[in-house]
Amino acid sequence: MKNKKQRSVDPAALEMLEKADACCIGSAFSRHDQQQPRCGFGELGVCCRICDMGPCRINPFGEEPTRGICGADAATIAARHLIRQVAAGVAAHSDHGRDIVHALMLTATGEAQGFTIKNPERLKALAQERGVTVEGKTIGEIAKALALNAMEEFGRQEGEVQFAALRAPKATVENWRKLNLIPRGIDREIVETLHRTHEGVDADYRNLLMHGFRTSLGDGWGGAMLATDIGDALFGTPMPVRSQVNLGVLQKDSVNIVVHGHEPTLSEMVVAASRDKKMLALAASKGAKGIVVGGICCTANEILMRQGAPVVGNFLHQELAVSTGAVDVMLVDVQCIMPALIEHAARFHTQVLTTSAKARMVGARHIEFELETAYDTALEIVRTAIENYPKRGHVDIPEHKNDLVAGFTVANTFTHLGGRYRSTFRPLNDAIISGRLRGVAAVIGCNTVKKTQDDSHVRMVRELIANDVLVVMTGCAATACSKVGLLQPEAAATWAGKGLQEICEVVGIPPVLHFGSCVDNSRILVALCEMINEGGLGDKLSDLPIAGAAPEAMCEKAIAIGFYCVASGAYVNYSPAMRVYGSPEVTHFLTDEVEQVLGGKFSFEGNPVKAAHLMMAHMDKKRAALKLRPLMYGRSFLEPGDAVSAESSDAAAASEAPSGGVPASPHQGCAGKRPASSISVNE
Amino acid sequence: MKGMIVVKADRCMGCKTCELACGVEHSQTQSLVTAIREAHPPRSRVNVERGCGFAVPLQCRQCENAPCVAICPTQALHRKDDDSPVLIDQARCIGCKWCVLACPFGVIRMDDASHAIIKCDQCFERVERGELPACVEACPTDALTFQSLDAVVADKRDAYLVQIEHATGTLKT
Repeated sequence: MKNKKQRSVDPAALEMLEKADACCIGSAFSRHDQQQPRCGFGELGVCCRICDMGPCRINPFGEEPTRGICGADAATIAARHLIRQVAAGVAAHSDHGRDIVHALMLTATGEAQGFTIKNPERLKALAQERGVTVEGKTIGEIAKALALNAMEEFGRQEGEVQFAALRAPKATVENWRKLNLIPRGIDREIVETLHRTHEGVDADYRNLLMHGFRTSLGDGWGGAMLATDIGDALFGTPMPVRSQVNLGVLQKDSVNIVVHGHEPTLSEMVVAASRDKKMLALAASKGAKGIVVGGICCTANEILMRQGAPVVGNFLHQELAVSTGAVDVMLVDVQCIMPALIEHAARFHTQVLTTSAKARMVGARHIEFELETAYDTALEIVRTAIENYPKRGHVDIPEHKNDLVAGFTVANTFTHLGGRYRSTFRPLNDAIISGRLRGVAAVIGCNTVKKTQDDSHVRMVRELIANDVLVVMTGCAATACSKVGLLQPEAAATWAGKGLQEICEVVGIPPVLHFGSCVDNSRILVALCEMINEGGLGDKLSDLPIAGAAPEAMCEKAIAIGFYCVASGAYVNYSPAMRVYGSPEVTHFLTDEVEQVLGGKFSFEGNPVKAAHLMMAHMDKKRAALKLRPLMYGRSFLEPGDAVSAESSDAAAASEAPSGGVPASPHQGCAGKRPASSISVNE
Repeated sequence: MKGMIVVKADRCMGCKTCELACGVEHSQTQSLVTAIREAHPPRSRVNVERGCGFAVPLQCRQCENAPCVAICPTQALHRKDDDSPVLIDQARCIGCKWCVLACPFGVIRMDDASHAIIKCDQCFERVERGELPACVEACPTDALTFQSLDAVVADKRDAYLVQIEHATGTLKT
């Protein structure tokens, strides 16, 4: 059981948790304690719940039962359940993508109230890239054609998801084709995953996992990529923007609306409605100075990137924000929304509003969001918040907040790196080739109560930038690091290694770049493609000195992201580990064997600093393979005659153990921590 | 005896979490993820058995007049003192299995790796440190508790009193 200090490294979170404890209010942290001990079979991935002859469990200590009723062994069971998680994650991102495409369609036909295409240039470029004719067409016609073209990606039965071959380097695409890994359609592979994992279908763990990789590519190079690119055309392409983060952005004397969830469509409208003169006048009439719209989870990142809206917090902040007593409306759509918000809000004046037909909660007020009446709905939501403002009780907003810079994209990172006259990735590639930079790491993902909130993100990122690794971040990970000020240009002088410092100073960027929401991980994939296209760093994505990590991963979406990154050739450290340790075969496949075919692989190291070292060892291995110059300032993480890759799975497993490492043979008799004398006869 | 492991069959869901916790407690590495990868993975000293319509974790009852201790030819099975659970000194065990035959509950078994028997030691070192036995701590439904015999008796009397009160109609509230 964790004590209070271990629950978070964020002082604002600790302050609110203290308040929650004092008022006997539960939170994810206290419910985590109540869930102890967790079921070991579930944790190890050897509990099969697929058919109704079960549930079946495999004895992880190697005794009977070693098979379920149907004969499925630990490897089959772990692989089946894991790729079901992949499919669920892909489904979540892609359904989000589908909604954005739908929004583009209704905007094109003029049916979406209040929406216009904010970046027609991006729209045209996207249409051209995807083979949609633009000549002689109006913006609306192009948008409609592009929306129809994009919509086909979801239901296509044969062929390939387009972005994969359009954007990835040729050698990577050829490898995918050889392995039959490019998804035919986004939905089709999800359906096939469910079919394959049905009772009595695919039982070969390798075959199952490879299909998991295929399914996941429909996320990174399909649904998520569409969500990002079409979102940029529709809502505007982000530009670097300053904002603030943490619970301290809530204002005591203003109406506070917290938008929580993932899709940008509604939140964009709410931001617009909060700036409506009538609404501001209504707020003033209730004694409020203004209207604050702040975000939690990826909605926060969407409106931060495009509107500069403040970020209230990341995933584990959702209940804590309500505990301030200063949230007048908690507006939610889909994904990462804790049902606990309802009981939490009931203790304060906060109104929880659900807006998606896909995600309702008993006890919440439901205002269904439809594009045709988007602005009216947004006005109603803002009005609800204003009318709720006078009902506030005691308000307790932590002081803590920090500045950040967000809004980086592939297009504008170009501008930054190349300067106004050289819009190119050349300077980034040169910095890596010359050894000033070791490589690039993407640190992404969630918060989890299994680890101290934000601690792993912050420690890993500090270790990486201190060793001359440029870090790009998205999602709740980015929020975690922005809370401690790592997303400001000033952070380079304090935390970055000398090589990275030089880059940051010349270009004027923070050492850690905020790329947006979870679907915006697709921006990172495109950036990697640009690095290959620029030349000098190999011919396929797996040649690049790069690595990814989800140090506080929690949801199926994170597993899907991990899968498409590995399938794209990246080394990914995922922690807490996926539920595969009950099967040594599946663990070995994911952390070792798969590298031979995909070029990428997983490690499951739990310690964020050790994980950073594994990631950097991988970058150094790639640097050596590319015969790049030694690092100008940083040390190598490769051991002489290194077998880093082969050892990683054992290292990962050992890291979870307090003592670390597995002795060659056990003592006789009782537990290892018992001294030998205690089992001798002392009569 | 400081305490006994009390089993409430009506609360047992058959999840086998106690088996895992017991295995981990008797492992070298003290963590599930690493324990299952030890050269000789640990064996649980408690087994969840299925009866007709119920599941129940069975482990050594630490008999006062233990037939296993009486029959052991090498004094491998022993008690440290009067309060101690029955312990096995695996170095002395010759694997003759007399104790397995003598045990009325079937809760002693052979460990193939060490060629000696294994049985519940009531996590005596944990108990000495003031902790609960691993299986008791792990049980999510409190089907396993660790109580002194006096406390168990007192609980039984309380329950019996309630029965009498129901029967005589004197129960208030």
